Amino acid sequence: MSATTAETQLLEINLGPQHPSTHGVFRMIATLDGETIVKLKPVMGYLHRNHEQIGEGITYVASFPFTDRLDYFNAMSNNFGLALAIEKLGGIQASERGEYVRVIMAELTRLVNHVAVTGFLLNDMGAFGTPLLYAFRERERILDLFEAASGSRMMCNYVRPGGVREDVPVQWLERAREIVNNFPIFLDEFETLLTENEIIQQRAKHVGVLPKTLAVNASITGPMARASGVNYDIRKVDGYSIYPKFAFKVPLGSVGDVYDRYYVRILEMRESVKILQQALKDIPGGPAISPKGQAISKAPRTFKPPKGEAYGRVESPKGELGFYLVSDGSSQPYRYHIRAPSFINLTVLEDMCLGQKVADAIIILGSIDIVLGEVDR
Amino acid sequence: MWASLDELKSVLEQQLPGVTVTVEGAVLYVEPKNLVSVCRYLKDSERFRLDYLANLTAVDYPPERIEVVYHVYSMDKKHGPLPLKVRLPRAEPKVASVTPIWRGAEFQEREAYDLYGVIFEGHPDLRRILLWDGFQGHPMRKDYVVEDQNVLEGGPA
Repeated sequence: MSATTAETQLLEINLGPQHPSTHGVFRMIATLDGETIVKLKPVMGYLHRNHEQIGEGITYVASFPFTDRLDYFNAMSNNFGLALAIEKLGGIQASERGEYVRVIMAELTRLVNHVAVTGFLLNDMGAFGTPLLYAFRERERILDLFEAASGSRMMCNYVRPGGVREDVPVQWLERAREIVNNFPIFLDEFETLLTENEIIQQRAKHVGVLPKTLAVNASITGPMARASGVNYDIRKVDGYSIYPKFAFKVPLGSVGDVYDRYYVRILEMRESVKILQQALKDIPGGPAISPKGQAISKAPRTFKPPKGEAYGRVESPKGELGFYLVSDGSSQPYRYHIRAPSFINLTVLEDMCLGQKVADAIIILGSIDIVLGEVDR
Repeated sequence: MWASLDELKSVLEQQLPGVTVTVEGAVLYVEPKNLVSVCRYLKDSERFRLDYLANLTAVDYPPERIEVVYHVYSMDKKHGPLPLKVRLPRAEPKVASVTPIWRGAEFQEREAYDLYGVIFEGHPDLRRILLWDGFQGHPMRKDYVVEDQNVLEGGPA
């Protein structure tokens, strides 16, 4: 009997831009050989509004509400990044209490982001709803804190050069302490549900492996780089703001697969809780914003930094969030550029997906943790 | 690590014959034709090991030039970021791509091409990334005229 060979052909399919697994309006053009991905091209820009051009047409401080809409899960971190770049450019000192409040907000944001991304990742793996709702229940408690301090759950517009817009309300620190101290209980519960769960073990281990050298070479940052074993956390290497005062560790993965990216985020939340407990214990009194910061926040047109440039960066929950500002001596930035971590982390999407199945591509994308507001800017 | 940019300049000019770099403030200016050799040296040399491209973007200075800015950092030695710049003629901004050296430049160069019209020679896939194919012009250039927001776009003529 003669063997017959089956004729196969490559199939090109579109994932997105309107698809729940793409976390927004993002499109992947995948070429498949059977179920296996042989080529994958990301297509983005559906949410592009030329944020940088808008930023060059308004004053420095007026950009703060726009930065909320970059990575709309982490408004506080985005504000913080821009504030640091402006402080660097204009030589502004922040008040001590202001620094503490900003760090508390940035770390709370990290908790919010990491619980949400873990919930969504599980959704992508087919564990519909349950882990996500556990995550969102906890996220909502922290968003209540944000609302009490800034007036808005998500579009906080709270951090300013020199400190924060307004001091936190009375009793806020007590509420924050209670939520932070209860957070590890939730994490234990969450981990009991997830870490050794069969779905995660089967779906996430050895899927979408990103080698360490490629991660460095492709400018990957944040939990994604650390899951691949790159020891790079801007809070440690730059020691910006008051981070050097706190004792915390930088969790690293070893394999660089989806599972490591999940688990590094869980460990990072535990470290964030440690930072928060220290900050909430040590927070001093005094003004929440320095006099110079107050002056430029109240009258943005009077702020004219000297000619020059500054690159300010923070460890946002997604990676290195950088703001590159060029001043020509006027009240508006001559150049306002954002180095968005979600955008650059997508560089290796194809490398991680090659040879994997379509269903794996969905969770690989979920494990990168992108927000399209920041990718497209 | 380098003690000062002047020291870095002398090391570069010593190690790479024929290359001249200039220091202006905290920035190192490289001639476009030498960009690749300087970047490769900074990345591979035992002393600097600038293995991570943190940021790449362009700045428009009409009427004569566009500058491309690179912020490079060393993951290995934890120093930087070092700002590197090249000056390009605005009428024909062309420079060699650094994507073969740092993969991280791939999307950032596409973005600079899209918004500023800088041509990165040797880029594996230089297409628009944020705007759609067929878009006219480069909107981050200072002389770009924003269309009238009050006029509805017409359909096909």
